[in-house]
Amino acid sequence: MKFGVVVFPGSNCDADCMHVVKDVLGQPAEYIWHKSGSVDGFDVIILPGGFSYGDYLRSGAIARFSPVMNAVYEFAKAGGLVLGICNGFQILLEARLLPGAMRKNKSLKFCCKDVYLKVENVNTPFTLKYEEGQIIRIPIAHGEGNYYCSEDTLYELKANNQIAFKYCDESGEVTDEANPNGSVANIAGICNKNGNVLGMMPHPERCAQKILGCEDGRLLFESIVLHLQHKRGV
Amino acid sequence: MYQARIYITLRESVLDPQGTAVRKALDAMGYDNVKDVRIGRYLLVDIDTDDKSLAESQAHDMCKKLLANPVIEDYKLEIVKLG
Repeated sequence: MKFGVVVFPGSNCDADCMHVVKDVLGQPAEYIWHKSGSVDGFDVIILPGGFSYGDYLRSGAIARFSPVMNAVYEFAKAGGLVLGICNGFQILLEARLLPGAMRKNKSLKFCCKDVYLKVENVNTPFTLKYEEGQIIRIPIAHGEGNYYCSEDTLYELKANNQIAFKYCDESGEVTDEANPNGSVANIAGICNKNGNVLGMMPHPERCAQKILGCEDGRLLFESIVLHLQHKRGV
Repeated sequence: MYQARIYITLRESVLDPQGTAVRKALDAMGYDNVKDVRIGRYLLVDIDTDDKSLAESQAHDMCKKLLANPVIEDYKLEIVKLG
């Protein structure tokens, strides 16, 4: 089992992801430079947070045309696991591996704080260690996390159970007040129809160890490991 | 040489938080007849060709692939001969 953490110019959560996978979970992992044309030999690809290409034009728009993204696209289409966190989520949207787009936060402010999420779908390789409806606390840090999709797409997301996480309050109520950025339907994270590609704005890698005050994000990475172990019959 | 002058704005169905903030500021300044403000991008793309229709079709391709995101944005463009 090998994790790959893609590094774009401007990525800044790559080392955090590497730390969680390698040091906290004890799994083999390597960085993949954005100019690499291949992701052969990897079982999971993580697109980390940051400001790839300075967020020029639109967040994720230019990174999506990095050489490595062709390989990631093929990898995802073949069923490989791809996790996009924050800027990684924006890149997945721009690459059309996930539906929808990001707008500037409704408040127009960069929002950096802990939020509560409701786990809506535990039947994905990324969420299987959570309980359905579980409320978790995870930090966000973004200026463009205001998820948008058409009504038709939203209908499809719901019908196919593709909404993985929703912003909620501490008691689990999905309210406007608990929506930090104006996202449609309080969406914090979605997966593709097959469930092998997940994008989320909150940062699970920033809350995967007790020493950081919260480890609700750790289960996401442990879910991936468990999924791959099952797949290999371990 | 042709220049593509490309205007990109958020689609009408998409709330434009920046535009809304500017409209409110204009309203506070006394421009109470401003009904809507949409903020977008303006790109000037110089294309080295003598073939206007080629420049135009290339510019449309660029918009669809990279310069605009059709999920949330509309674009329009004009092609102008340079020099």
